[in-house]
Amino acid sequence: MKRDVRASGHRRRTGAIVAVAALSLVAAGCGKGAKGSASGGEITVGLITKTDTNPFFVKMKEGAQKEAQAKGVKLMTAAGKFDGDNASQVTAMENMVAAGVKGILIVPSDTKAIVPSIEKARAKGIEVIALDTPTDPQSASDALFATNNLNAGILIGKYAKAAFGSKPAKIAMLDLNPGITVGVLRHNGFLQGFGVKEGDPSVVCAQNTQGDQAKGQTAMENCLQKAPDINLVYTINEPAALGAYTALKAAGKEKNVMIVSVDGGCTGVRAVQSGQIAATSQQYPLKMATQGVDAIVDFAKSGKKTSGYTDTGVTLVTNKAQPGVDSKDVQFGLANCWG
Amino acid sequence: MSTVTATDHAEAGRGRGLPARAARFLALPAVGPLLALLLACVYFTVRTDRFLTGANLSLIVQQVMVVGALAAGQTIVILTAGIDLSNGAVMALGTIFMTRLAVSGGVPGVWAILIGVAVCTAFGVLNGTLVTMAKLPPFIVTLGTWNIAFALTHVYSNEQTITGLPKSLTFLGRTFPLGGTDVTYGSVVMLALFAVAWYVLRQTAAGRHVYAVGDDREAARLTGIPDRRLLLTVYTAAGAIYGLAGLLLVGRTSVGDPQAGQTDNLDSITAVVLGGVSLFGGRGSIIGALCGALIVGVIRNGLQLTGVPSIYQVLITGILVILAVSVDQLARRRRA
Repeated sequence: MKRDVRASGHRRRTGAIVAVAALSLVAAGCGKGAKGSASGGEITVGLITKTDTNPFFVKMKEGAQKEAQAKGVKLMTAAGKFDGDNASQVTAMENMVAAGVKGILIVPSDTKAIVPSIEKARAKGIEVIALDTPTDPQSASDALFATNNLNAGILIGKYAKAAFGSKPAKIAMLDLNPGITVGVLRHNGFLQGFGVKEGDPSVVCAQNTQGDQAKGQTAMENCLQKAPDINLVYTINEPAALGAYTALKAAGKEKNVMIVSVDGGCTGVRAVQSGQIAATSQQYPLKMATQGVDAIVDFAKSGKKTSGYTDTGVTLVTNKAQPGVDSKDVQFGLANCWG
Repeated sequence: MSTVTATDHAEAGRGRGLPARAARFLALPAVGPLLALLLACVYFTVRTDRFLTGANLSLIVQQVMVVGALAAGQTIVILTAGIDLSNGAVMALGTIFMTRLAVSGGVPGVWAILIGVAVCTAFGVLNGTLVTMAKLPPFIVTLGTWNIAFALTHVYSNEQTITGLPKSLTFLGRTFPLGGTDVTYGSVVMLALFAVAWYVLRQTAAGRHVYAVGDDREAARLTGIPDRRLLLTVYTAAGAIYGLAGLLLVGRTSVGDPQAGQTDNLDSITAVVLGGVSLFGGRGSIIGALCGALIVGVIRNGLQLTGVPSIYQVLITGILVILAVSVDQLARRRRA
């Protein structure tokens, strides 16, 4: 009894304080936001990336924002909380449909799990275009604007082969995550470009890094424990490459080991410039976003949907060009890098 | 202790007339969160004409049904002054069992669901046993089982998303028309779950014992409440509820996703805290937790409709959580 009585006093205050606080916060949070919903003939385009923090997606968002401004349309953005966060992408997609977007550009975090939600949006007449990463099956989205990741892998594989010649290679592969298409394609591309098959004895170590610098470092340390004579390192992206470099340097082996990578972010290209990474396959998130926004504006105006796959291109960036492998120098890489 | 304060409040609370009645209404534990929820709704209704439609409100409920169900389990654990960090991971494990057995194990849908729920319930029993028998702190126990469930999920799923689910698994994602609006069965199930939990907590002896144990376990034990058995029951029931949340998740996304639920433990705690339930146990209403989950859903949806990037939702949620806990702390200090 006594407890109940005492409780009643504070709860009254609790109620009032929480209520007032909530109102003022919500008001503050939206004060600088957009005005009202996407109504009245204005075209709205949605962009859903994997996360808000990766520079790749930041650049993509910037590109989309610029293009939307140039075309006089509104851009709505959302992202998952972590790589692989399907639930947040599903929710964002539903909310964008409710907001009345004409089309949605999405970088699927989970290529299979997102498919039912994309189907629902498309059934409502919304154009859905996958950027960077294809859905599984690819036909689940109207169109795909992405890097050819197999090609990205082949380029650095060929480069490494040309540099090694007949010198025997001991390869460490710092991969993404099992089952993620992008990672598998780059991995296979590298092997194909280098001219070896999966399971070749020259691949002495393969580890997952989730594309993370700290995990890349740990993976490289473990690989060096397993095979101290590694002389070629393939990495899924540049953060993983820099992690690997840190590990190699700590072991005093950075001079004799070649690192090749994929991405072409500004940090990565600068690492090519300083010689930490030998070569990287540069991809173009800005192009994906720009072309994606254009496609949806076209659809909104003409009713014609884009279809199929558009390769947004990939370029090998290195300062030590190898004969027989097309490449551009670091100046080009820096002029076109992201992040 | 503070007999004086108690008397003061007693006078304010028990008096007659309109102000006193209003005071009594405001003193109901779920009123604060409910008001916050209503204010958020009013705000977004004013900002955009797309917010207050049947379809959009139905969508919001559908979007919070998974975290909402997890928050129901989380609430009963927190009411006993415990915490459950494992719920999202346990739910994910349950969904992988359900979907994998049904898709590649050839198990009939109903059995696959029951096995999935049983796996979650078993984790509840494990949590409860470690808390009561081994007397380990709930934070540590569920930190451990969180990782165990996470790892098992990835091992058992082989890191693959499971697709092509039979209809017998995804029925909670289907809709029925209600006054011109499509409502998912899952939303109804979640609301029913809260209704049942509310009834048990408010109207049954066992429910009152949950509050008593959370408020002061030693005192509760001395009055003859079987505290260990009660705690074990609470964690077990919570596990079963996570199984139900898993079924809701499968209905909502139509896939078995090993990456699912990674932040749902913290999201469910957020809902509970926003709902005015004290993290120190013994105080708060489960309806508050439902409001807490809905507040997050309304803000997320409303901000998207008004074109504000989703990251601001995270920012606002963070501030609201700190506010809600500050209010709880303030209340405790005045009590003491």
